[in-house]
Amino acid sequence: MLYSSAHEMIFGFAKKPVTVANGLTFGKGKVVPEVNFTLPPMDLAHENVPEIRERFKDIAHRIMERCVELQQEEVVIEFEHLFDMTERPDFGAQLTKDLKEVIEKYRQSHGTKAALRVTVADIRDRTRPPRMRSGKEIETMLRSFELCADAGADILSIESTGGKEISDNALMIGDVEGLLFALGVLGPRDMDFLWREIVSIARRYDVVPGGDTACGFANTAMQLAHQGLLPKVLAAVVRLMSAPRSLAAVEVGAVGPLKDCGYENPVIKAITGVPISMEGKTSACAHSSPLGNIAAAVCDLWSNESVQDVKLLSGNTPEVFTEMLIYDCRLMNTAIEEGRAEILRDLMVDSDRFLDPQALILDPKVMYEAARVIVNAGEDKFKQAVAVSRYAHGVVKEAEATNKIRLRGVEAKWLEKIGKILEHLPEEEEEFYASVKARYEGHFIPEEYGLN
Amino acid sequence: MEVIEVGTLEKLRDALIEGKVEEVKHYTQQALDENTPAKTILDQGLIAGMDVVGVRFKEGEYFLPEVLLCAKAMHAGLDLLKPLLVGESGQSAGTVVLGTVKGDLHDIGKRIVKAMLEGAGYEVIDIGVDVDAEKFVESVRKHKPLVLGMSALLTTTMRYMKTVIDALQNEGIRDKVKIIVGGAPVNEEFAKSVGADGYAPNASEAVDLVKRLTAA
Repeated sequence: MLYSSAHEMIFGFAKKPVTVANGLTFGKGKVVPEVNFTLPPMDLAHENVPEIRERFKDIAHRIMERCVELQQEEVVIEFEHLFDMTERPDFGAQLTKDLKEVIEKYRQSHGTKAALRVTVADIRDRTRPPRMRSGKEIETMLRSFELCADAGADILSIESTGGKEISDNALMIGDVEGLLFALGVLGPRDMDFLWREIVSIARRYDVVPGGDTACGFANTAMQLAHQGLLPKVLAAVVRLMSAPRSLAAVEVGAVGPLKDCGYENPVIKAITGVPISMEGKTSACAHSSPLGNIAAAVCDLWSNESVQDVKLLSGNTPEVFTEMLIYDCRLMNTAIEEGRAEILRDLMVDSDRFLDPQALILDPKVMYEAARVIVNAGEDKFKQAVAVSRYAHGVVKEAEATNKIRLRGVEAKWLEKIGKILEHLPEEEEEFYASVKARYEGHFIPEEYGLN
Repeated sequence: MEVIEVGTLEKLRDALIEGKVEEVKHYTQQALDENTPAKTILDQGLIAGMDVVGVRFKEGEYFLPEVLLCAKAMHAGLDLLKPLLVGESGQSAGTVVLGTVKGDLHDIGKRIVKAMLEGAGYEVIDIGVDVDAEKFVESVRKHKPLVLGMSALLTTTMRYMKTVIDALQNEGIRDKVKIIVGGAPVNEEFAKSVGADGYAPNASEAVDLVKRLTAA
């Protein structure tokens, strides 16, 4: 544990700050806006590449221009690959180079320090069951990382999908054991394999190996809960269940800033001290969440997740959301400068904490205790995932019992059901795997995870 | 005799609403043993039960896992009825083909639509993600579905839906199938602009939409 208490954790400060090549540092007393964007409706065919390149450069110009207008001296632009941009590594690398040239131009003309995070797409998810370690997909992905690192990326990230072939169905049928198999057994194994490769590439090109996120798991659960398809209490448990899996990247060399959509990031910050990007109210352009303010409590970067480039009255969305992020960060940074950061942090926590079981879990005190639970469980990822899931369940149950949150009857039934399943799980991974292997046979390839 | 028959069908319906697979099988068999016509068992037991499940889902009393469990129970009962339903109108509500368009790997939304359509009695053929126009055309030719559903979660892939519809038009089979579209960036206006027959914002409404289109 890098922090001695939850109180010590606060936005803008990380125990292990990270600096990119141009001197921009994360986690050393400031929250930095991180802007992400995507294209409007258009296809990515080869003949459209010139138009796409121009659009990318134009978007980057507009983001940087808005930073200059608002005297924002530090910013991160995230370039999150669409499938084709990883599938065609030269294409993704060309766009990386284009964005970096715009960033560099503004550094020279205005002194704006901007870093470029490149998030490669996990194209292994195309086939079911997926090949995680063999086949051309992993080769193409690693080639894409390499070319983007060479083309000007400052930070490398991914939303990897190891275990998703099990978790998608497990979420649909509310299969807690399936989720544990995905997040406590398969996911960590894939993370260990994949992130060793990414860290190796990052070191070769002297760029920062940022981190991974359980977006395809815990955020899928959050969105299904938002649509009334899944209980919120399950989404809350899955959030903490995903933390050991995302921690695995840092254990093999990722240093942060962790990626924005990883709401499990505060747990990893508590254990390892890495800076984290988070998203909340200003990412409502991409998805709804019950975590608008509380998500910012211990962030080091503050993001909008993604917004498609469309025209609004005041400009196009990327620069509009840049402005919103700038003001969010300005408020947090002013609070730091004036010694009132703890007050703002606590207000952000208090505003959301009892809104939803998922918000309850994001309370820094809960996140900090979850980190301790993981550390106390030892190095075994399955044991970590089980222990922290039980802890999450206990937190929600206690809040319900003390009337701090109100659960509908059907949610309360699910909470009981989840508790019973977690209570009766095998304690050892080997025993657990033996008990579920036949159930998921044919849906995953054991050898692709180093399993028999 | 009539009293016994109604009692069994009520028990069957209630077992289905609770998602009790073995009980559904048991009461379906019991109703058959009581000489209740297969079509009556289907309509007054299984379908009546799924109608209640649908209402509970819409009212927030059930989540997707409960709906899918009930659908599984319904199919367990239906398996016993199928041999007796040959030639009757209760076998399948029709075939639906679903796929996520080329360049897009998003899967779970489509799978939820599939599961809920199956729960409503449709036979659903999922042709996967990253599906090109050729494969969509081939699937329509091969399976002759009443409805083709396309999913896209990206602004950069949604326009491929038009490519698929154009391909079906060029092959002369556009009018053989109703086309529905869905996914986060898609809306009613877009659906009309690409020549689709309908749009649904979520899985539940997709089922209603398919029912409307196949009833027409």
